[in-house]
Amino acid sequence: MLNEKPVFGFPLPRIDGPLKVTGTAPYAAEYHAPGMLFGYAAQATIASGRIASIDTAEAEAYPGVAKVYTHKNRPSVAWRDKKWKDEVALPGHPFRPLENDRILFGGQPVALVVAESFEAARDAAELIRIEYHPDEPHTDITVERAKSYVPPEARKDSMVPTDPRGDAEGAYEAAPFKIDVEYLQQGEHHNPMELFASTAIRNEDGTLTVYDKTQGSQNSHDYVCNVFGLKPENVRVVNAYVGGAFGSGLRPKHQLFFAVMASLDLKRSVKVEMSRSEMFYLTWRPATIQRMQFAANADGTLASVRHHAIQATSLREDYQENVVNWSGLTYKCDNVKLSYELAKTTMSTPGDMRAPGAATAFLALESAMDELAYEVGMDPLEFRGKNFVSYDQNDDLQITSKELDTCYRVGAERFGWDKRSHEPGSMRDGNDLIGWGVATGVWEATLTQAEAKVRLFPDGKITVMAAASDIGTGTYTILAQVAAQELGQPADRVSVLIGDSTLPKTSVEGGSWTAASSGSAVQAGCMEIRKTLLSLAQKMDNHPFGNAPVEELAIRDNRLVLDRNDQMGLSIADILGHHGMSSVEGHGKVAPDQEQAKKYTSFTHGAVFVEVRIDAELGVPRVTRVVSAIDAGRIINPKTARSQILGGVVMGLGMALHEEGMIDHRTGRIMNHNLAEYHVPAHADVHDIDVIFIEEEDKMASPIGVKGLGEIGIIGVGAAVANAIFHATGTRHRHFPITIDKIMEGLPQ
Amino acid sequence: MDIATAHAQPKTRVALTINGHRHDLEIHPWVTLLDLLRGPMQLNGTKKGCDHGQCGACTVLIDGERINSCLKLAVTLDGTNVTTIEGLGTPDEMHPVQKAFVEHDAYQCGYCTPGQICSAVALLREGYARSREEIREMMSGNLCRCGAYTNIADAIQDVMEQEVKVGMREAAE
Repeated sequence: MLNEKPVFGFPLPRIDGPLKVTGTAPYAAEYHAPGMLFGYAAQATIASGRIASIDTAEAEAYPGVAKVYTHKNRPSVAWRDKKWKDEVALPGHPFRPLENDRILFGGQPVALVVAESFEAARDAAELIRIEYHPDEPHTDITVERAKSYVPPEARKDSMVPTDPRGDAEGAYEAAPFKIDVEYLQQGEHHNPMELFASTAIRNEDGTLTVYDKTQGSQNSHDYVCNVFGLKPENVRVVNAYVGGAFGSGLRPKHQLFFAVMASLDLKRSVKVEMSRSEMFYLTWRPATIQRMQFAANADGTLASVRHHAIQATSLREDYQENVVNWSGLTYKCDNVKLSYELAKTTMSTPGDMRAPGAATAFLALESAMDELAYEVGMDPLEFRGKNFVSYDQNDDLQITSKELDTCYRVGAERFGWDKRSHEPGSMRDGNDLIGWGVATGVWEATLTQAEAKVRLFPDGKITVMAAASDIGTGTYTILAQVAAQELGQPADRVSVLIGDSTLPKTSVEGGSWTAASSGSAVQAGCMEIRKTLLSLAQKMDNHPFGNAPVEELAIRDNRLVLDRNDQMGLSIADILGHHGMSSVEGHGKVAPDQEQAKKYTSFTHGAVFVEVRIDAELGVPRVTRVVSAIDAGRIINPKTARSQILGGVVMGLGMALHEEGMIDHRTGRIMNHNLAEYHVPAHADVHDIDVIFIEEEDKMASPIGVKGLGEIGIIGVGAAVANAIFHATGTRHRHFPITIDKIMEGLPQ
Repeated sequence: MDIATAHAQPKTRVALTINGHRHDLEIHPWVTLLDLLRGPMQLNGTKKGCDHGQCGACTVLIDGERINSCLKLAVTLDGTNVTTIEGLGTPDEMHPVQKAFVEHDAYQCGYCTPGQICSAVALLREGYARSREEIREMMSGNLCRCGAYTNIADAIQDVMEQEVKVGMREAAE
């Protein structure tokens, strides 16, 4: 029977796949309108100072140019900071494009050329003559740390270091094994493949439809309405397809402001697409310094944990992450002290990048755990297992599910960890130095407020509607699977409408919460449909349901039936037809359970095992094997779920070995602002990756039992690679990324 | 001649066959094939990821060979055959490589995907790549930030093995 095939847990190919592989899925810059204009931004060539003069005459005279905007002629927009604060804004003052003559960061947009063609706008932007009064740039975290400070306003409570417990200093002094080390990590750039773009289409009635590269259509919508004083009903923002984002699309970017500004001012449709180099100055994963003072007792239990982090932020906003709290959470330890500070730089405001905070924290935490394991003389995996903790010591809460120990065991078996020899440099194969490393990863499993509407038609077709986004995560597909499962239909009967600000309220797509939140909202909508169908049926003569509660009903073969005896039922078409209805709708809403949060907290967990082979003469590292064992609750679609983890692992390899925004600290500008010199992992860098899901259903984490997958894959990967490099060479690297030159210096003689 | 004067110059006539259809076009000499496709031709399947020949998202086939369309000025392509992702297949009638990408989840956001597929089609035709390692090496001009590399290699290997089987069957007959 059709409905016997399980829809949950089925590796359904993406329902948006055929559009993506044929080039027919439209992204933000791929909408066209008659008479459309094209915008191109000019960027500051200094990192700090003021614009002394700006001459746009030549650019304005360029054939095809409609208008050039600078701070001198920017149309009037909102004045108060509050209006500029988007849904995920930070403490401080949001960046306002073309506000005045101040240059706050290198690459800051200083003018917008709008022209009849992309080429004319781009070429004319080169003709804007700008003179500057430059100030000294401040971009080096290792220098600016001297002026670090505790952020006066916390971005979120969870980002404030938890109170100290026990006596971290005393326990450290008394312990037999200890490390006191510092890790430095340079800034990273998100570099989604799609360029940031906004296409503002001016409709005949003067309203705007904006196709924006964003992780939240409603966030962009509200921002545009607030900044330009537009009525909510006069703006619609669409992000039906998003070419990657990884956090860079959480907050509205200047191309959105520019496209809307020019469209309103010129009363034309306007498209603004960024250049790749422009995107390096948008936002970044901040450079971070982490000092780890860890100590262990003779039996290998942790005696003391102190973790202090300093992260870069910008002049006007206090970007913050939860970095240090992971060190008090991940392992059992009664003597803990955590502290966190920021350092101002003349860079753009940092932003969330895949597993913000945790990816950074576990780079240091899991390297430090490896260092301490070697001090104790214990196998690094055994050392982690020895310090396993089943509850949240930071906040004294129960954890709803934690299969981390299973991740260790199953991952180690698959990897063959028992064949590892402990001594560094002891696993050579010809010219290859072989190293095996392991690391733990933890991420918050979050449910956010989300709504969804589900509509069921007499022929069994279903429409799911929510303002959720699919940034490559598989949202289209898994929402279809949830609705199909709950309404007893094959998945190909479900149409999913997402990525549109006019759809039911959903928060930005981030933090690994979309599947849990929007998935649960869809489930709730389906439940409402079943209830409505039942009450409609019970109004009919001779219906077979008696007083059965909705829990005892199912939908099979397009019929509402009793679960225990599906001969007893009515067809959906008959129920709706009897009441003269063409469809039935359910409106699902979910929100975090505040009562539960007083006792429980939820996390995803992972254990990642890595083999590195290093050329003994040239120092070239190759990550030849990765096993990632993940505990993320229920897996709706193993195919798309696996891809999420693969993507996290690959970005983790970049973090470990390649990725670094190289700043010329004399000018404060990024030297490698292109994809040739900022190396993201390429095909040849990535060998095979084994993903294992340790499945469990955690109904406390979310009603559908899902814990989320977007972040957990990257967490720990960098440290596992670094630990493997130590195991291969005997040299501990504490400065990321670990590029070939650093490995060369640390090769055994 | 400065750029502004150049802009006032007459456009150049070129004839391109794009996905089997001949187009007689008048274009400025500085328009890249990529911008021609994504702009006036409204063939959005070819993607712009860097505009500098560094990411491969704009890969198309010219007379069957893969090239970065952002590095090619359209006026230099008079008389050539251009195949874009739209010319390989449609959602209802996909090319074997497109089908394999869907089956193996060889993408996530889908933005690098048309370039990966065009590149893979040419790679298979070139016939140099025989192993998984060679596939990885010869696909390295196409970046995927979502990290779908292993699945892309699976998809290409799958099609390659199918082609070998078909070839062996044909040889036996």
